[in-house]
Amino acid sequence: MTEILRTEGLSRYFGAVVAAEDINVTITEGEIVGVIGSNGAGKTTFINMVTGYLPPSSGTIAFDGSPIKGLGPRKLMRKGLSRSFQIPQLFLELSVLDNLSMALSASESRHLEMLRPVRTPERIAAADEILSQMGITQYRDEMVTAMPQGARKLLDIAIAMLANPRMLLLDEPTSGVSTDEKLTLMDTVMEVVKRRKLTVLFVEHDMEIVQKYVTRVLAFASGMVIKDGPVEEVLNDEKVQELVTGKRRDKDTETHQGDA
Amino acid sequence: MGLQKSEIMLVLAAAAITLLSFVIPDWLAFTTTLAIASALVVLGVVLLMRAGLVSFGQGLYYCIGGYAVGMGGRFLGINDALLLIAMGVVVTVALAMLLGLLLTRYREIFFAMLTLAFSMILYGILVKSQNLGSTDGFGVSDWTLLWFDPDGGKGSKTVLWLATAVGLVVALFLNRYFGSAIGLACEAIRENEVRVEYMGMSRRQILYINYVIAAAIGSIGGSLTSLAAGHVDPTMAYWTISGEFVFIALLGGTGHVAASFIAAMIFIMVRTYAVELFPNSWQMILGIVLLLIILFLPKGIWSLFTRRRRVGS
Repeated sequence: MTEILRTEGLSRYFGAVVAAEDINVTITEGEIVGVIGSNGAGKTTFINMVTGYLPPSSGTIAFDGSPIKGLGPRKLMRKGLSRSFQIPQLFLELSVLDNLSMALSASESRHLEMLRPVRTPERIAAADEILSQMGITQYRDEMVTAMPQGARKLLDIAIAMLANPRMLLLDEPTSGVSTDEKLTLMDTVMEVVKRRKLTVLFVEHDMEIVQKYVTRVLAFASGMVIKDGPVEEVLNDEKVQELVTGKRRDKDTETHQGDA
Repeated sequence: MGLQKSEIMLVLAAAAITLLSFVIPDWLAFTTTLAIASALVVLGVVLLMRAGLVSFGQGLYYCIGGYAVGMGGRFLGINDALLLIAMGVVVTVALAMLLGLLLTRYREIFFAMLTLAFSMILYGILVKSQNLGSTDGFGVSDWTLLWFDPDGGKGSKTVLWLATAVGLVVALFLNRYFGSAIGLACEAIRENEVRVEYMGMSRRQILYINYVIAAAIGSIGGSLTSLAAGHVDPTMAYWTISGEFVFIALLGGTGHVAASFIAAMIFIMVRTYAVELFPNSWQMILGIVLLLIILFLPKGIWSLFTRRRRVGS
């Protein structure tokens, strides 16, 4: 299997605060990797460093064999690394079709067109295709403000996919989405991911989703990766249960209550 | 690439102005010319506003355009209006390309204050320049249009035709620009700079291009004003003039290129009549008009048309 992302000794400090420390991760092409951890564990910091949003304090990052540390979002996107956000980053005052048309225009050329309308027949067709794949065609001509949260999440991910990435980083794709909608949303996203043969790394708090969709898990605590491996192995690990999922603590509490 | 509906409307409006110029009095032709010239500068302000930036220093380029016309005729012996306008644009673009490198790093009040500061620097230089008439400025030499001298270069009709033609070209260009990827990206920058970068677009490059275009059309507005007025003076760079352009931009809104032309005409007419009727309190009249616009039409006069269309549909 081809290695697509490798980080070595990746750390980020904010003064005396350690947001991420000595993260060594290797991801191979086609993997679906889940990132878990409690709030402040360093998951988003890790994603932000890999996607050029936050410069690392130390360490190296390589994408597809070449170093990418210090590259900004634009260059990373052109290399094939794309992302979505915990809070969807959309243009609320533009229509869904304009959001997508602009993303398509940006992915086609480094230089933006000045006189050609952003909505071309080819772009409209491509936008319709991704909207259909994401199941949000009904919002095509609506302003983003008219969309519910789940649909906004899907649009955010659709925009990330329009850059034709090889790897997609999703920051909490189901946060803010109702429990009923979560699985539907993830089913839709994973269907498109499979069709496009993407490598995916996604941050998630819901263990049901982690168990269902990922093949490998990175468990974060206090800015470090405390466990990296197959889903069941990581989720059954005592340290992960104690620091991340909280299941061990629940068991202990039950035992103490039983003793009493 | 045929003409869009709104572009046909712009062409018809320009044709109507040209036809009306044969029957309207000279004072109205002059006022209309000033309105078109101001509208061009305002379109530059609107261009920046769409990207979330407010320039209180567009007078800088308005003044450079005006002085290019004055100085070209006086010191270089260039008398053709189109050459004089082009000269102003070249000087303006060169300066804007330099200042844009700095200014596009800033946002909000910092951008506004820096643009104001640069225009006031030019004002200060001109006030101290005795050769350029200091605070009095100087008169513009007689000019020709394509080396044709229809009425001794002083005719209010000729300059109105020129302003209409130039205004139409700029309006058609901006109409396309607003609907293009880069034009839409400006609105996107105003809303969400992070996503713009993650889409693979450079927000600084977009703002830079926007800034230079805004400066260039500001210069054209200044050149047309000086050709019409036959005089230039340092107040063209003064901050209150830049403030007027922002005022007109708010009055019209950013919804359509035509809004700036309509708003400029309304502004100049209101100001003319306010000065005539209330010579000591005309500024108060303008202030009340702005207040009413902000209260009842926060998206400018153009929202009246879009609102009616929405109600109709």
